Amino acid sequence: MKKRAPRSLTALASAALLYLHLPILFVFVYAFTTEDAAFTFPPPGLTTKWFAVAAENQDIRDALTLSLGVAGVATATALVLGTLAAGAVWRSRFFGRDVLSLFIVLPIALPGIITGIALRSAISITEISFSFWTIVIGHATFCVAVAYNNVIARMRRISPNLLEASSDLGASGWQTFRYVLMPQLGSAIITGGMLAFALSFDEIIVTTFTAGNQQTLPIWIFSSLVRPRNRPVTNVVALLVVAITFIPIVLSQRFSARSEEA
Amino acid sequence: MRRIGKLLYTRRRLRLALILALPVAWLVGIYGGSLTSLLVNSFYKIDSFSGTIDRSPTLETWRQVFTDANMAVAGRTIAMASGVTIAAVLIGFPLAYRIARYTRGRTKTALVLAVLIPLWSSYLVRVYAWKLLLASEGVAAWGFDLVGAGAVLDWILDLPVIGGPSLSTSSLGQFVVFTYIWLPYMVLPVMAAVERLPESLLEASADLGSRPASTFRRITWPLVLPGVAAGSIFTFSLTLGDYIIPTVIGDSSPFIGLAIYSQQGVAGNLPLAAALAVIPVVVMALYLTGARKLGAFEAL
Repeated sequence: MKKRAPRSLTALASAALLYLHLPILFVFVYAFTTEDAAFTFPPPGLTTKWFAVAAENQDIRDALTLSLGVAGVATATALVLGTLAAGAVWRSRFFGRDVLSLFIVLPIALPGIITGIALRSAISITEISFSFWTIVIGHATFCVAVAYNNVIARMRRISPNLLEASSDLGASGWQTFRYVLMPQLGSAIITGGMLAFALSFDEIIVTTFTAGNQQTLPIWIFSSLVRPRNRPVTNVVALLVVAITFIPIVLSQRFSARSEEA
Repeated sequence: MRRIGKLLYTRRRLRLALILALPVAWLVGIYGGSLTSLLVNSFYKIDSFSGTIDRSPTLETWRQVFTDANMAVAGRTIAMASGVTIAAVLIGFPLAYRIARYTRGRTKTALVLAVLIPLWSSYLVRVYAWKLLLASEGVAAWGFDLVGAGAVLDWILDLPVIGGPSLSTSSLGQFVVFTYIWLPYMVLPVMAAVERLPESLLEASADLGSRPASTFRRITWPLVLPGVAAGSIFTFSLTLGDYIIPTVIGDSSPFIGLAIYSQQGVAGNLPLAAALAVIPVVVMALYLTGARKLGAFEAL
């Protein structure tokens, strides 16, 4: 191990960590404030009543249902597409392989607004009407990269000997896939799925362009930020979004840590 | 069933084609098609009487892109993206270096997770948190008063260009939020680059009598630079296209992202929005060419 870190370096690094984490903690504090018109700090008093108010708000319930539905379907679609793409790129060379890898990362490599406006242009030209499915198409497109990255990283660690041994022992292609490949890939697919879910659930930039009049939870928050209304309820919804995205992220990290130890 | 399995096993091409069909149809068909329709739309124009899209090819919309006002917006956006990138290096480098070189085992896992979580967790709520922090009655103002520095805050807010009525309506506040949001994208590749830095080189440099500053300048920095360049792709590109942060925080001066968003939304001028969207794509293409020369692609 190296020498001890210089004090000044530790101080700078700690400051950077505080900068990364401190702000979000205030969202927790504000969800309980009694103040309902301003962002006064420290809060004049604490209450849990805004949680009940938020729970009874029909707009919020609809937005939450829509967001969960979109994230679920988009994640499932992205997992199928991402896993198939990884399977194709892994261990085979074909014409246009590099183009395919480029197209997989492009939706997250380009600024979100480009993906958004591009999909919006296509919707306009084809005269498709906005729906649940236009939102899902947008989300699935940028979630593919997450699924793909997780699966291909795992595939690269699988020894080709395993597959050869399986077919030498007389397994059919399907059996090798089902009993050798899938168990190896399972946790990578779950990890990718959780990250994709978190990514989709709080996405706003692409969604704005593909949603028409529908409101996902992030769009609801954004519109109440632009035209301030229901401040305390917005605080509660913000906390809800943090909680819902936090769970899959932490789970996925534990999953990938465990499979690396194994 | 078995026969199909055998057929697929022996015909590798056929199997590959089946696996590829869906992803290619989606990514190249839907996504590639959308990008193409973006370009196509930029050659349409909005009919000024009916407000509908006139679908006969024209350069009219492109003429509207190259106005002084739009170029000023592009300039301001690029300046912000550059500033944010530099700040992310200054803040992110010490953190990345400290984690990569002086921690290990569980501590390292925990710290890497601490950098990763903000990257995945709610972008919008993280912006929102700063609204609470920077409001004139919010946490930051309270903090300044607490340490008796209220006058310093007032002085900062009175400054031209970066100041404003409150931190949440100033470009300084906007800059702080941009940097906060994209910082993890800088830390991770830099951390990976420091990780690859051979310990022996640094020791040799010290043994040969080089002072830490000179070791940093002549050994560490050149070797970590590809990582910095990789991180800068994200900080630069993400700032370039963002419209949420300028909407929520800042003095409402336009950015490219915001211009695209409002042309599409409020103005209903999709062709102009599409044409404006080509600006960040071109800027990013130029940026990527430069970053590639610094070895950024190998450090991603």
